[in-house]
Amino acid sequence: MSESIDFLLWVRGPGFDIALVIFVVGVLIRLLEILVIGRKPDYSEPRGAELGAGLLTVVTRTAPEPGVFKRSPFTVVGGYIWHIGFLISLFLFVPHIELIHATLGVRWPGIASNLVDAVAAVTIVTLIAMLFSRLNHPVKRFLSGPEDYLTWLVTFLPMLTGYVAYHRMIDPYTLALGLHILSVELLMVVFPFTKLMHAFTFALARWYNGDMAGRRGVQS
Amino acid sequence: MSEATLERGMNAFREQMSAPVAAFFSSCVNCGMCAEACLFYTETGDPKYTPIHKLEPLRRVWEQEYTLWGRIKSKLGLTEPVTDALLEEWEMLIYDGCTMCGRCSMVCPVGNDISHMIRLAREGMVAAGYAPEGVKGASRRAVTLGSPMGVKYPALAAQIKHVEADTGLSIPVDQEGVDYMALLSSMEIINFPEYLEALARIFKQAGVTWTLSSEAFEATNSGIQIGSSDIARELVNRVVVAAEKLKVKYVISPECGHAYTAIRWEGPNLIGRPYNFKVVHILELLDELRSSGRMKTEGMEDARLTFHDPCQIVRKGGVLEPPRNLLNMVASNFVDMNDSREMNWCCGGGGGVSANERAEELRLKAFKRKKTQLDELNVETLVTACANCRLVIEEGLEAYHMEIPVVGLTEMIADHLVEDKE
Repeated sequence: MSESIDFLLWVRGPGFDIALVIFVVGVLIRLLEILVIGRKPDYSEPRGAELGAGLLTVVTRTAPEPGVFKRSPFTVVGGYIWHIGFLISLFLFVPHIELIHATLGVRWPGIASNLVDAVAAVTIVTLIAMLFSRLNHPVKRFLSGPEDYLTWLVTFLPMLTGYVAYHRMIDPYTLALGLHILSVELLMVVFPFTKLMHAFTFALARWYNGDMAGRRGVQS
Repeated sequence: MSEATLERGMNAFREQMSAPVAAFFSSCVNCGMCAEACLFYTETGDPKYTPIHKLEPLRRVWEQEYTLWGRIKSKLGLTEPVTDALLEEWEMLIYDGCTMCGRCSMVCPVGNDISHMIRLAREGMVAAGYAPEGVKGASRRAVTLGSPMGVKYPALAAQIKHVEADTGLSIPVDQEGVDYMALLSSMEIINFPEYLEALARIFKQAGVTWTLSSEAFEATNSGIQIGSSDIARELVNRVVVAAEKLKVKYVISPECGHAYTAIRWEGPNLIGRPYNFKVVHILELLDELRSSGRMKTEGMEDARLTFHDPCQIVRKGGVLEPPRNLLNMVASNFVDMNDSREMNWCCGGGGGVSANERAEELRLKAFKRKKTQLDELNVETLVTACANCRLVIEEGLEAYHMEIPVVGLTEMIADHLVEDKE
């Protein structure tokens, strides 16, 4: 029992601090190393506005292009479900909000725990289905390397351990909670070194895409 | 072209690096959705044609040289370098299996402009010596002879004579101070002289003052297709010098897709400054003549017809509505394809693919996409506005035993022109 308490204290204390530093510094470096490369000036006479088009694409690209949706509905729907489920579990579960409040001093209302529980269950099942899809879909299987499976794993573990801890499936609870926090730290540490970075850089990418197309008078 | 080496290729890859490229590679999650937008994947089912996969050489350069983590991994020997063997393998994917149509760039959920990166990656490929012979030959002819098909001015002069004899109109050449300088593609000179005739007749009626230049009449730009900024700059510069010498206000890009990309969008960046003239696509100009009432037509085409959007003019050029406005002016039964405008499907022969004999079998396979689109519509005529699309589509239709005439839009408009009775 005391070992699991020591473990929990470590992951909540020094462990979390280490992970947070790696996450924050890592993400900043990654963003900086993109931006410092810069862009050459474009001397062509613009047909349309770049600013508005870039911003619009950041938003509109969230919806799938109908033709591609028809050809890969599972990837699209599965992607929506687990991303939204993950974000709900992360940001609308009251104990998480309390933690964020204690760390950053900001808070917002959460939703009922049993609702988060249901969302988490759906998210876990969807993530497993997404893994199967990655292993079986000819294109996804072809494209995937170790990093794709690693990022899946470190995304999946916080969901799984969170679910296990919430339902007290591991005894003692301190161990269950410790494992959950550790899995989150693993996610944070892996994040800056992998494609998980897309959670930040997608906005940049969409912006550049919309900006370049918008200059030519096309809303991309 | 100076001697191509892996080192030159690597330098060329590095020169293409930009914040957008880094943001794009950072964002890819290997979801595979770009494959579903690419006709080379949809028609072959082969995952190697997944657009983002075609960029592996450029991705490696980015990861290994432009990210801290990638540099550390390289030092530790945990990454695979860019080698001649890699580029040799990828040549087929980057040149034969991509027309730079840009459809993938419209669907990527994280917003990656993949076709933009293919264009950049080709800079490294050609500098390292990995480009198809057909496209290399076209580029060599463009630089040394002035046209990718080896068409020199005397050939154009002969066509001018023919058109003048047929129409009784004079085709102005090297006339200073007129408003417009028209460009042509070699294909229009050799295969579709109807285009030049159409210009002469429409401009006569609309009172447009224009000229051709004997020094720069070729609009196509093999440098853009092969991915060599040096060649592309040389070819664009010929047009710029001629246009500025003749002091025209506008240069007209003809019915050719990549020519428009070259002169309209890449040109100023290639020469490093804005032009002293404006570039208009012929369809933009005709649409303006239509809306201002300077161009009048009579009669309507009754045939059920559709329009094939040339990728570089529409999706990547922004000329979306003019072709439709013009078609509705002369056709009573015009229908759009199921995927049209900025989501059109490529003919399969853009981006230098049609100049690459090695790619013919793959190109005809990819054409099944256009065939499917046409089968859905059951049209009697196909109209387009790119001489290359036109030839590629004609070949595709023939290969699939489909009898649909393919017509250039400018020439269709000219057929309905209300001629002055002088």
